[in-house]
Amino acid sequence: MAVEHTIPDTAAKHAQGAFETERMSISMGPSHPSTHGVLRLQLELDGEVVTKADPVIGYLHRGDEKIAENMTYNQFVPYTDRLDYLAPLANNMAYAIAVERLAKLEVPPRCQAIRVITAEMARISSHLMGLGAFGIDVGAWTVFLYSFTEREKLYKLFEELTGARFTTSYTRIGGVARDVPPGWTDRVLAFCDQFLPQLEEILSLLTRNKIFTDRTAGVGVISREDAIAYGLTGPNLRGSGVPLDLRKDRPYSGYEQYEFDVPVGSRGDAYDRYLVRAEEMRQSVRIIRQAIAGLPAGKWYAEDARRIFAPPKDKVLTSMEELIQDFMLVTEGPQMPAGEVYFEAENPKGALGFYVVSKGGGVPWRLKIRSPSFCNLSILPRVCVGAMVSDVVAILGSFDFVMGECDR
Amino acid sequence: MSAALDAVRALKARWPGATDRATLDHPAVNVPASDLLAVLRSLKEEHGFDVLEDVSGVDWGVGSSPRFTVVYHVLSTTGHDYVRVAADCADAGAPEVPSAAALWPGADWHEREAYDMYGIRFTGHPDLRRILMWDGYPHFPLRKDFPLSGVPTELPDAEVVAETKTGAIAAPMAGGPFVASPGGINMTEAEPRAKDESWTERHPKPGT
Repeated sequence: MAVEHTIPDTAAKHAQGAFETERMSISMGPSHPSTHGVLRLQLELDGEVVTKADPVIGYLHRGDEKIAENMTYNQFVPYTDRLDYLAPLANNMAYAIAVERLAKLEVPPRCQAIRVITAEMARISSHLMGLGAFGIDVGAWTVFLYSFTEREKLYKLFEELTGARFTTSYTRIGGVARDVPPGWTDRVLAFCDQFLPQLEEILSLLTRNKIFTDRTAGVGVISREDAIAYGLTGPNLRGSGVPLDLRKDRPYSGYEQYEFDVPVGSRGDAYDRYLVRAEEMRQSVRIIRQAIAGLPAGKWYAEDARRIFAPPKDKVLTSMEELIQDFMLVTEGPQMPAGEVYFEAENPKGALGFYVVSKGGGVPWRLKIRSPSFCNLSILPRVCVGAMVSDVVAILGSFDFVMGECDR
Repeated sequence: MSAALDAVRALKARWPGATDRATLDHPAVNVPASDLLAVLRSLKEEHGFDVLEDVSGVDWGVGSSPRFTVVYHVLSTTGHDYVRVAADCADAGAPEVPSAAALWPGADWHEREAYDMYGIRFTGHPDLRRILMWDGYPHFPLRKDFPLSGVPTELPDAEVVAETKTGAIAAPMAGGPFVASPGGINMTEAEPRAKDESWTERHPKPGT
């Protein structure tokens, strides 16, 4: 007896939307190689297409702002190392300048130039790390090995200058901890000389790499309007074609003296953000060379920071006045005027802002840290929707965020 | 700087409730919470302050009036100036200001953070939940009456609690932190002293 089989017309049913695919909810992170730390993305998927992305942050929240309210201004410097721990020198500088604005303190030109050199070196090291990690995210392992070799050379220089590779705590309110060691600037210049050709070699692994461009071009496009509306800053904003660079537009620490270009992207995709970072490293080398060529002589701390800057140790042990000053600084902290300031510096990741509310005395009443990674990540729910899961990895890599700063 | 000053002047002329705010750097203005959205919209659309850089809650201390203030920093991408806008929350028990998330989608996370840390409610916010602390966390950690050492709290996942038999515990601070008080001018008052926010040998651990 013949059995009749009915064959379903799947194509027709697909066209009518009769086959509802079940949405799948997956948790990407908090320990996922491409989330660069402890970011968790709660994704809702339709097949392999993201329909909803909800970033879950806070896994690295340490309460830095609460801690800041309970210690003197100089004591907080080491905590700034741990915000964007890939560029501690830049954080140190941003925090110091914010407090100096509060204290109405001018640091001498030599101090400004040293800070610029260290901040730009931090930018190079941060971008190298970002580039290497981005490469790994999209399957280009080799880049990481090359960029880490270069970054290691920078860390050797940091160690020589500050005594630490990572947690530099180099600035003080009103200056830097110590002058540059003899011959250090020559070694920085030597690094720059060998770095530029090396950088071109690293970039040649990616820039015209077919696999890399396929994975990044047209992926994670952020329009100019969106970038501004979400408060994006740094390379992520400039990748979308907004030429806002605080070093250029609101110069601090003597950035107005240096000639450098601000690269901007044209399409706002992951590839543009990569190109912007690549060019920024070349520009940083330009700034470092100019700053070293014109490095002024003089003190590396403000002379009038008597109530802020710790006196030299030999003076503390031999002179009454300095002993008293040291005692007051240690016990009460630097005496700040009451008032409030907001200062943003152009850090490698974007604009790092400090909003300091002082009621006078040695302790801030409120210290709000405006972290660029936090603001940059807030656009993820918008950018990730419609992307494939593998694109999410490329988008995260192109954002170059760091959770220590995002969660604070 | 002048564009920002002009903007602040125009705001004060248009909204009688807007007053000068003491500042050491950028032009700043105090506005009543009821005018806040209109002022921010005017800054954005008429004065070119198109980026919301930061939203920050401030707690002026238990018993202060007003106790909570929300401070906004806006930046102009063309004029490169900042303006600070501050709005006081009228009710210290249930602080509330209108949400700016409709003006800037970027305000979403900033306001969630201010809510998380201070318990300030942003009316009209599309999705006001905690962002840094976990959902269901019972305290607002940046309030001045929240101790630095933390408050022992149960972890959100019952399964984890049953398995590990632990929770978020207060930090052992041995009587600390030892800090000078802000604003103290008098030597005796400004001298650093233990705020005594946790247990010592003599002072038992809170809650035991």
